[in-house]
Amino acid sequence: MNPIVDREKGLLELERRITELKGLSTSQNVDLSSQITALEAEYAKIQREIFGKLSPWERVNMARHPKRPTAAEYIAKLDQFDELHGDRHFRDDPAVIAGFAKLRSRRVMVIGQQRGRDTKENLRVNFGMVKPEGYRKIKRLFGLASRLGIPIVSLVDTKGADPGIDSEERAQSEAIASCLYALAETVVPSVSVVIGEGGSGGALALGMTDRILMLEHSIYSVAGPEAAAAILFADATKAPEAAASLRLTSEDIYRFGIADEVISEPLGGAHRDRDMTIDRVLSAVDRHLSELVTRTPEQLQEERYSKYRRVGSLNTNGMHYVTPSEVEGQRR
Amino acid sequence: MPMPDWLRVRKNAQAQDAAQWTKCSGCGELVYKPDLKANHEICPKCGHYFRMHAADRLSMLLDGDFLEVGGDIEPGDPLKWVDKKPYPEKLASDRAKSGLSEAVVAGFGAIGGFPVGIAVMDFHFRGGTMGTVVGDRVALLFERARERRLPAIIFSASGGARMEEGVLALMQLAKTTNAVERFRRDGLSYISVLTDPTTGGVSASFAFQADIIVAETRAAIGFAGRRVIEQTIRQKLPENFQRAEFLLEHGAIDMVIERPNLRDTLVRLLDYGIAA
Repeated sequence: MNPIVDREKGLLELERRITELKGLSTSQNVDLSSQITALEAEYAKIQREIFGKLSPWERVNMARHPKRPTAAEYIAKLDQFDELHGDRHFRDDPAVIAGFAKLRSRRVMVIGQQRGRDTKENLRVNFGMVKPEGYRKIKRLFGLASRLGIPIVSLVDTKGADPGIDSEERAQSEAIASCLYALAETVVPSVSVVIGEGGSGGALALGMTDRILMLEHSIYSVAGPEAAAAILFADATKAPEAAASLRLTSEDIYRFGIADEVISEPLGGAHRDRDMTIDRVLSAVDRHLSELVTRTPEQLQEERYSKYRRVGSLNTNGMHYVTPSEVEGQRR
Repeated sequence: MPMPDWLRVRKNAQAQDAAQWTKCSGCGELVYKPDLKANHEICPKCGHYFRMHAADRLSMLLDGDFLEVGGDIEPGDPLKWVDKKPYPEKLASDRAKSGLSEAVVAGFGAIGGFPVGIAVMDFHFRGGTMGTVVGDRVALLFERARERRLPAIIFSASGGARMEEGVLALMQLAKTTNAVERFRRDGLSYISVLTDPTTGGVSASFAFQADIIVAETRAAIGFAGRRVIEQTIRQKLPENFQRAEFLLEHGAIDMVIERPNLRDTLVRLLDYGIAA
């Protein structure tokens, strides 16, 4: 069970009572405003207590919240969308929703990883774990976008690439490696947004873009906290500790100089106000694209090269690590 | 009473003898180390391939000199990582055990008269995992080889991205990919040699972005670890699953080569014009 969902229960009960009282005061025409105000204050207090300061493990659970908006919902809010299917080799991977779209009247190629909203959808989309044919579809569309001069928008949300037998048989490594390679080759602007979980190479395969944006409660990690705990502590129940050690919150990733912007969420998480969240994300993407479209293809490739080249390395003093404090210093 | 000289000499000799023997993880037999070395680090009794140290691999391949690049790039502790032990302690102990400063050695040399940029990963240092230093050294190799207009060869041996460097390790997939792409865009060629094991972030980046992909006999190659898959599906995997021969059969690699023939194979590939 998701601990965030558990903690929300008390709030939902309060919410129900407030609505009930409001309904009563209108229908019975009685003044209940003092009770309502008291309950609303109580509600705000609890909300701040629960969500004001979340631990890294709670952030992981926020990123995985079953009600969190998925890629399909963001895509539905675009002005126009024409889905494209298949890798031209094996099959169409339903965990990847992709195609031509219009964002604020700009042509874009949108690529989204679709996490299931319920068991039925999760079975259909393999819990958002993309298979080789999915990465090959993405690779194909990156190439197409680059050739047509259409900017790329990726919505990242996956625990990781599919680890099944069939994926290994169809060379999952090669599929991810060539997806990354296709992004390196692109000469069009690209922006990715981590909307939920940014799990390992399976996320980076579509996330190695000119700009990386992260929703406040999204995470980016080299390995899932459970897997990391199993490997490092030989105990998967130590996932909360591993989550803290991995430095996977959006603020961490921003401090490392990897995320270019953190998009804030409503108190209590993206699902508390889906429309506002989605609108903020699309506006941020649009803003970054507006900057990037002024670059020449050569500038785009050069800037992308140095963005990733400097992660943890080369700076003006010669070869050494860019530590979080140094990144902060540079930003100041 | 002090130990008599003859006993001390005998004990030293025994200790030295013991150091000359190693146990084969293939057949469990004791193998005499000089025999092993003479046999390309392949068990003379069962044919099991020992995982090679980078230095041994380089001396097996190169005609002569080796000019290292990026050897001065050293690991830090960007996450201040602690699990059972602090990360810097793990690095220090691997350094002492392996004599390496990191999990890859990169530089320039010649193979069969062909000058090449070459990097060799070493599983004995942090399981060959890729952190920022591995990413830097691999990227630097491609950059320098591009300047010199030389082909590149990379021997991979890796458990994947290095957990202790978190998302910074993950981003090395991006760093190395961009370096390979820029190098190849200039018409230069790259041969990837997959050795046991090549998995995770390394297999999902530069190891599978080459013009020619060669694998060493029976090397384990894949994205997900064997144990992860077994736990997920709750059944035993076939013995040859994720082996070099399995990948060859599924069309993922160009060739599987036995270690004693590897150098000659590379020379022939370079001769076909893989050398720019």
